[in-house]
Amino acid sequence: MNIEGVDKSKRQFLTSALTVVGAVGTGYIAVPFLAQMQPSTKAMAAGAPVTVDISKMEPGQLIRVAWRGKPVWLLNRTPEVLETLKTLDDQLRDPQSSESIQPVYTKNPTRALKPEIFVAVGLCTHLGCSPTFRPEIAPADLGPDWKGGFFCPCHGSWFDLAGRVFRGVPAPTNLEIPPYRYISETQIIIGEDTVETSA
Amino acid sequence: MKTNRWTDCGNWILDRFPLTKFWNEHMAHYYAPKNFNFWYFFGSLALLVLVNQFVTGILLTMNYKPDAKLAFDSVEYIMREVNWGWLIRYMHSTGASAFFIVIYLHMFRGLLYGSFKQPRELIWIFGMLLFVALMAEAFMGYLLPWGQMSYWGAQVIISLFSAIPVVGEELSLWIRGDYVVSDATLNRFFAFHVIAVPLVLVLLVLLHIIALHEVGSNNPDGIDIKKHKDANGIPLDGIPFHPYYTVKDLVGFAVFMFFFAVVIFYMPELGGFFLEHANFIPADPLKTPEHIAPVWYFTPFYAILRAVPDKFAGVIAMGGSIVVLFLLPWLDRSNVRSIRYRGGIYKKALLLFVISFIGLGYLGTQPATPGATAVARVLTAIYFGFFLLMPIYTRWEKTKPVPERLTEQPSLEDRIPNFVETFNEVTVKTEGKSGLFSRKLNYQGLSAVSIRFLKRIKGSLD
Repeated sequence: MNIEGVDKSKRQFLTSALTVVGAVGTGYIAVPFLAQMQPSTKAMAAGAPVTVDISKMEPGQLIRVAWRGKPVWLLNRTPEVLETLKTLDDQLRDPQSSESIQPVYTKNPTRALKPEIFVAVGLCTHLGCSPTFRPEIAPADLGPDWKGGFFCPCHGSWFDLAGRVFRGVPAPTNLEIPPYRYISETQIIIGEDTVETSA
Repeated sequence: MKTNRWTDCGNWILDRFPLTKFWNEHMAHYYAPKNFNFWYFFGSLALLVLVNQFVTGILLTMNYKPDAKLAFDSVEYIMREVNWGWLIRYMHSTGASAFFIVIYLHMFRGLLYGSFKQPRELIWIFGMLLFVALMAEAFMGYLLPWGQMSYWGAQVIISLFSAIPVVGEELSLWIRGDYVVSDATLNRFFAFHVIAVPLVLVLLVLLHIIALHEVGSNNPDGIDIKKHKDANGIPLDGIPFHPYYTVKDLVGFAVFMFFFAVVIFYMPELGGFFLEHANFIPADPLKTPEHIAPVWYFTPFYAILRAVPDKFAGVIAMGGSIVVLFLLPWLDRSNVRSIRYRGGIYKKALLLFVISFIGLGYLGTQPATPGATAVARVLTAIYFGFFLLMPIYTRWEKTKPVPERLTEQPSLEDRIPNFVETFNEVTVKTEGKSGLFSRKLNYQGLSAVSIRFLKRIKGSLD
């Protein structure tokens, strides 16, 4: 029996120390528990570049390929389309692509290495739906102002045929453009830059 | 002496476990107001649907494969080749929609009779947490069949998190476990859907009921029945939950199961509302369906998201539309609970809210045309107006005097003479025929009755 009574400050110290040690321990175990939900090494390694043959593409044709599980579009743009693109700047939210994601070599008015071939990640920058390709001019459902472009059916975002977003729609930025380069006149490699040839 | 042995056996347990205490506290000696009406079925129905989801869900996991390559086919396998698999799956998918019907009506009951008001704020909070957990459960469950709508619905909802500044992209990557919705996402959603969220649901249901039984049930008059007790401390206007309400709820179960069975056997997809057509196509990460919409129970919130022409603000509005529901007990400044004694301004506001909620729900199922978006914006404003202006308009409210004791409402039986009288007024006797078909419509009577009816509706809104 302790005749000096209870030393409350020691008891308080022990309680606090135990709480802190417990909290640190919980923190340590929380890291692996939460981090195991991050993409696995396998998922991160799956982003290998994809080579696409564009020799058989007709003018105006769009093809879809999968890169890192995402749809990537390749569009063969006609000269008329390229003319139309020049007239749209005042209706666009980011005509110079200054706030959008793209490699530096595609930060130009047509958003492409060669103006004819447009390459983009086919996911709306709003909530990730894949917009539909609507090249026709003034279709009944989209109204007379439609000059051809991409229409996102999920939330009604509009993009032109250079993937530039129109004003007054939910999507904040232009469609993302992946890194890509021409291996030859008829072959494009997606997911690899001109500079990163040794990767 | 066999009976004695059984009694001994029972007593052996009762000496060691507070079964009697528990039963009395929550059933036999739990006194509920004696005037519960139609709206008080939905709490117990929600419990019934929860049990249905648990049982059918466990059976479904026995044949379902949470693998992006196998999931879609395993669901079709359940539908076509597992014995009674189609029934179990339709019970589960219809049960999901039934859950939301029941829960929305249960919540609306709260709005009608002020069940969220002091001292039942915590019951409302637990209920809202249940609602959020239920939405998470339904959303993750919808990914599992791995159809087109599963895939793109998940893609959109997970992308909502990416709108959060700074951490958004990292957060949505962490939720998906991959750069796009993929096998990793499917597998973890399966884990959440069958283990984590159901546990949370059960826990919250317990908290919801314990909190309810602590303060006692509200009632259609919104009166505290504990004010008037008899000599034994039993509320004069209360009746034991068991057997009175257990039996009443059994009738509710029977009626509910009738409708439930009709849907399961005759219209399990309910025209694309319960199971969307696009979900019968396997998930294709390269192509979004032409028209994508969430299942009906999410469409009001989805319409709010679409109504806002800015990504981050849209996500905030959508989240806010749920957050305001949590704040309801503190937004309503009126000290009268039940709509029976509340002022006309609350009745009209509630009517507008119901119109906006159903309207948004409808618009959420439709493509986003400019006209529809404009209407959705107006309805969104009404939706938020109902909640955010509540502290102001409930203060102006001219409430009616609240009675001391529960009121008697005419029963269905009491109303029969009235029905007969109305029938006689809208019809007129013709010669030559007998029975029900001897009477023809009387247009003058019909218009008189409908004018009276409309006047009564108008009067009840004051």
